[in-house]
Amino acid sequence: MAVTLDQTIAQKQHSFLSRLFSTQTFWVVIAVILACIFLSFATDAFATSKNLYNITRNITFVAIVALGMTFVIITGGIDLSVGSVLCLSSMVLAVTMHAGYSIEIGILASIATALAIGAFNGTLIAYLGFPPFVVTLGMLSIARSLAMVASNNTVVFQFGPDHDKLLALGGGAWLFGIANPVLYMILLALITGFILRWTKFGRHIFAIGGNEHAATLTGVPVKQIKVAVYMISALSAGIAGIIQTGWLGAVTTNLGNGMELQVIAATVIGGADLAGGVGTAFGAIVGAALIEVIRNSLGLLGINAFWQGVFIGGAILLAVLFDRIRNFRRSD
Amino acid sequence: MRCDLEQAGSKEWGGYRLVAVLELTNISKHFGAIQAVNDVSLSIEPGQVVGLMGDNGAGKSTLVKMIAGNFHPSHGIMRMDGKELLLNKPAEARQHGIEIVHQDLALCNNLTAAANVYLGRELRRGIGPFRILDYAAMYKRAGKLFAELKSETRPRDLVKQMSGGQRQAVAIARTMLSQAKIVLMDEPTAAISVRQVAEVLNLIRHLRDQGIAVVLISHRMPDVFDVADRVIVMRRGRKVADKTIASSSPEEVTGLITGAIEQVS
Repeated sequence: MAVTLDQTIAQKQHSFLSRLFSTQTFWVVIAVILACIFLSFATDAFATSKNLYNITRNITFVAIVALGMTFVIITGGIDLSVGSVLCLSSMVLAVTMHAGYSIEIGILASIATALAIGAFNGTLIAYLGFPPFVVTLGMLSIARSLAMVASNNTVVFQFGPDHDKLLALGGGAWLFGIANPVLYMILLALITGFILRWTKFGRHIFAIGGNEHAATLTGVPVKQIKVAVYMISALSAGIAGIIQTGWLGAVTTNLGNGMELQVIAATVIGGADLAGGVGTAFGAIVGAALIEVIRNSLGLLGINAFWQGVFIGGAILLAVLFDRIRNFRRSD
Repeated sequence: MRCDLEQAGSKEWGGYRLVAVLELTNISKHFGAIQAVNDVSLSIEPGQVVGLMGDNGAGKSTLVKMIAGNFHPSHGIMRMDGKELLLNKPAEARQHGIEIVHQDLALCNNLTAAANVYLGRELRRGIGPFRILDYAAMYKRAGKLFAELKSETRPRDLVKQMSGGQRQAVAIARTMLSQAKIVLMDEPTAAISVRQVAEVLNLIRHLRDQGIAVVLISHRMPDVFDVADRVIVMRRGRKVADKTIASSSPEEVTGLITGAIEQVS
């Protein structure tokens, strides 16, 4: 039977399953599930509600920042300043509240700080053509230094009149015994997923990562969008900082030190491509989950914590190796 | 007048002279002391394929960039449908119905064919500020455009996986979204296989059949003689020939490009 042109055009090339199997994210999910099943049998401590509560909550801080980072990475950029921005936002919140202001004002100040830093990063990158790596490396240093200045490098653990509200915000479990940070993470992941898939803004982010020149030629407002993604990245760091402050009940200038690498690792393990054009909200969460499960399991299995880096590094390389193998096969 | 022509959908519109869709009168462009384009006049009619040929540095790119709104002419007037055309940026050219297919096609490999067709002009549905991308409508319309172009291109496929001919179809379908009157194509057949060249030339014919004027900038003599109605040759910023294909020959055009033949009227 002859196939008409219209039939060919209407045809879908890949079924849902073949697409699913070809994504890196899917295999990372499988890896996380297998690891969890293995750990439930291998140790008594893993499948306890307390441990699961801890794991899910620990995932959230990296995951929330990874959601913001996903936007940046899809455009082909990178944001190394997130750990320091998280620290500075926490510190602004802590210092503001410590000075006697309400939690609303504290959060507002904290978010405003994060957005200002994101706008600064984005403007240098989009309008002045600075390489993202350099700008955010500079900001990594600047933001942490500002956090030290703001607190005079002390630990802040008294948050004024709204002290208890802040602790409840980050440390409570308002719904079905799920830790609050997990709820925020789920909400933010849904928002991120929606933006990436269903909005013009999301579409343009992918276009910039795929071919920035083409995006410019077709009238995509490339510069504005670039500023926006660095603001989103900084905002996600700020939000994570606020939640973490509430959970820890104290802020030190060490907070979020080295976090940028974990965040980037989570997005890459979850399937984002550092060259740009690829990434999902779900992938960022799954990547963060795999890192946390590895870390947790090493502790439970009684393996020396010094090995942690080897396993997490190995996971990054394996995830990307997988992607490479698929690409080789496709180009054959 | 134009409406009738569009409906006619073919080139059989009698012996009378048509209103030019684009008319350049005494256009010059210099960059400092360099005279890139020198006193060029030409007119292009609806549904006509014009081959624009010339060696590197002959001024054809500069000429096209003025039509596309990248440069202002130093002297001269451009008219579109008889009205003077003043372009400050490429977006304004597009509003006037001038579309460009860039040499590198300006495609995003990580997006689907439909997403590329609609890049920068995405369709959305919803109410007020709450509007989401209308995937179904974009797939459907892009599929229709590919069908019109007789190209086996699937709207849901990633551009990454496509052949050179399909990629051209995506770039050309993009120009058909709006009511394009003239499409400028920059070396569309320069970097693709022989079989795909035939595909691209067919795409050009389908554009022409819809009453769209095509300016084909090319180095490849066989392509121009295959698809074009007219050939314009430029050398050192001047127009040295403007002839129907029937009245010219590849040998003559080669001579004009190299300068072995000075000028023909």
